[in-house]
Amino acid sequence: MTPTPGGASRHPLKGAPPTARQSRFHGGRWVGNPRSAESLESVALPLLAMGGALLLFGAFVWVGGKSPVDAWTLLFKGAFGDWFSWQNSLQRAAPLMLTALCVAIPARAGLVVIGGEGALVLGGLAGATLPYVVTPPANAFGSALLLAAAGVAGAGWIALVGLLRQRRGVNETISSLLLAYIAIALFKHLVEGPLRDPASLNKPSTRPIADGLLIGGIGGSDIHWGLAFGIAACIASGLWLFQTPSGFATRVVGGNARAALLVGLPGTRLIVVACALGGACAGLAGGIEVLAVHTSANAALIAGLGYSGILVSFVARHNPWAAMPVAVLFGGFGAAGSLLQRRMDLPDASVLVLQGFAFLLILASEALRGRLFVAQAKPGAAPSVAPVAAQAVS
Amino acid sequence: MATAEFNRRDVLVGAGAALALGGFAGLARAQAPITVGFIYVGPKDDFGYNQAHAEAVAEIKKLPGIKAVEEENVPETTAVQKAMQGMISQDGATLLFPTSFGYFDPHMLAVAGKNPNVRFAHCGGMWTEGKHPKNTGSFFGYIDECQYLNGVVAGHMSKSRKLGFIAAKPIPQVLRNINAFTMGARSVDPSITTTVIFTGDWSMPVKEAEATNSLADQGVDVFTMHVDGPKVIVETAAKRGKFVCGYHASQARLAPAAYLTGAEWNWITAYKTIIDAARSGKPHPNFVRGGLKEGFVKPSPYGAMVSAPAKKAADDVKAAMLKGSFDIFKGPLKDNAGKTIIEAGKVFKQTDPALEGMNYLVEGVVGKTGA
Repeated sequence: MTPTPGGASRHPLKGAPPTARQSRFHGGRWVGNPRSAESLESVALPLLAMGGALLLFGAFVWVGGKSPVDAWTLLFKGAFGDWFSWQNSLQRAAPLMLTALCVAIPARAGLVVIGGEGALVLGGLAGATLPYVVTPPANAFGSALLLAAAGVAGAGWIALVGLLRQRRGVNETISSLLLAYIAIALFKHLVEGPLRDPASLNKPSTRPIADGLLIGGIGGSDIHWGLAFGIAACIASGLWLFQTPSGFATRVVGGNARAALLVGLPGTRLIVVACALGGACAGLAGGIEVLAVHTSANAALIAGLGYSGILVSFVARHNPWAAMPVAVLFGGFGAAGSLLQRRMDLPDASVLVLQGFAFLLILASEALRGRLFVAQAKPGAAPSVAPVAAQAVS
Repeated sequence: MATAEFNRRDVLVGAGAALALGGFAGLARAQAPITVGFIYVGPKDDFGYNQAHAEAVAEIKKLPGIKAVEEENVPETTAVQKAMQGMISQDGATLLFPTSFGYFDPHMLAVAGKNPNVRFAHCGGMWTEGKHPKNTGSFFGYIDECQYLNGVVAGHMSKSRKLGFIAAKPIPQVLRNINAFTMGARSVDPSITTTVIFTGDWSMPVKEAEATNSLADQGVDVFTMHVDGPKVIVETAAKRGKFVCGYHASQARLAPAAYLTGAEWNWITAYKTIIDAARSGKPHPNFVRGGLKEGFVKPSPYGAMVSAPAKKAADDVKAAMLKGSFDIFKGPLKDNAGKTIIEAGKVFKQTDPALEGMNYLVEGVVGKTGA
């Protein structure tokens, strides 16, 4: 654990091929591989895993003395059964797309950052308190200013994680988690102390944001514009990572930091930029929550959205494009859990059981990758020898 | 747990009821059947705030003509807006009880604006005439009365004359309980002090246990609290051989040998008032409050170890409260920095809005509001 300035060789003794390290983050292979069997596999594996999870959940419900068929029906109805359910799922998904990016983008640069919650709450706080300093115009431009402040706050917080790792050799997973606790403590101190609106008696909050700055629903629906930000950020990050030279360079650093150093890539800079971009997304999520939902910064913002983003990103195998459907699925779980409780008197934790089954099986299904359609795959094209350069093709 | 088996007919009936009631809520006949939604911020079995609500809901479910739908662990985010809207659109609920303080603004107000024919009864929030819509309202209880009684019993049972209060946040509702508890104890012996520790949030089990242990080390021998789930504090205090006065619901079951008494909610009274109004088409009761006298709060039965003089003193105060002839906050009253906060001769009735903005700790409390 002696990082060089380039952040290289965290496992200097292993001498493993790049993919061994990569498999820690990506489950071994690349999404979007040109070969059709593998593309098919990329879709079939998670679907099979979901099916398995639903079966297991049915058994779980049945053991509890309830009808699995009713549970399945309600799950579907609650998550995607009608327009109301869709709105429910999509609205829950919106912040998760952004917080997932706070994990996915640094992961592409080789870092496991799990402290998006900290960037989210500080982003929310920055957005809510910018009007303390300057008076933004009460229109879309003003909202954009607040969101920019939120993004900058989040970017700075996670960039600090990258810097600590590169400059001081601090493990980014631990530091990002601990920094999240610090961020939350700081948030509470400021919201309940110096920045508190004296009119907020029993629910300490910052001063409410002017109506003109709030973010409304998309075209009369309940879904606020945060979803559009989430989708745009996911698409843009994917394009950046997979279609641009700097995105490619970032992935090279993540794939093999030593190789990156050898070819003269600025490892530290790329890593810190990736962290800052991820942090900006989480900060933006906090800003949107404040402007679209809470109307001021208060403890309700600390709802674990940043931590849920970790799960979303891992299940999406740190692919920003895959994070979109996974976030919607996650939102669907939340929406379905709500209906399950009301109709079947199941405890809130039951949907967590389903979620647990689903994520466990999705991650476990990675073991089947490359074996599912073994007849089509050429034996010589085994993924374990795929060099970093092969990723460039994708 | 009652089994509310799901079947399609119920759904159709519910959907039909939703259509019918959605348009004509005001025309519904006396005691019409009704679907009521209850939303909790934590688990229903937390031995605290949420359990106090869930216990009353279990009673409500036994009444004929009422269908109750519940959802627990709903955070104060867009999730609660969706839970409320789901109860309305999917279950046909026409009356909702979002029970957490943080649900009121902006969440309940947002959903209420979109559903003018549905009634919303929020627990704790300050519904204000002219500011908030008529289909919304708030209900709450003056539980500081029971905390005063807790204090009287604690004052009698303490040997070290040091009491401990573990609280979530220094907000008015909490300060009012700390002050009432302390004044109750000091009515027994003016040399008694209450040391308060704020944990910073409503559910912080680890910090609550640490605070309990730390206060026990400092010689505190009777504890009480204002956190969402008092379970950890009650169990830790009992393990340390100290007494404890409960809060929200009865925790006697957790520590029968240490549990003196407790300040419990009795939400069934408020629920019934509001549900009856909805079923008979009367105007929505927007501002519902009450204390011991009105049956909104109740003390837990005394533990076997509570001495006869303690019981007698507490029962006397309780009788005066039930008659309406007892006021907790009256002058002369000083805060714990020596400043006079209520002049001699001035009396605050429980309903006085000034008490809802309380920002001081009274004489005898060791602690600071700006912690």
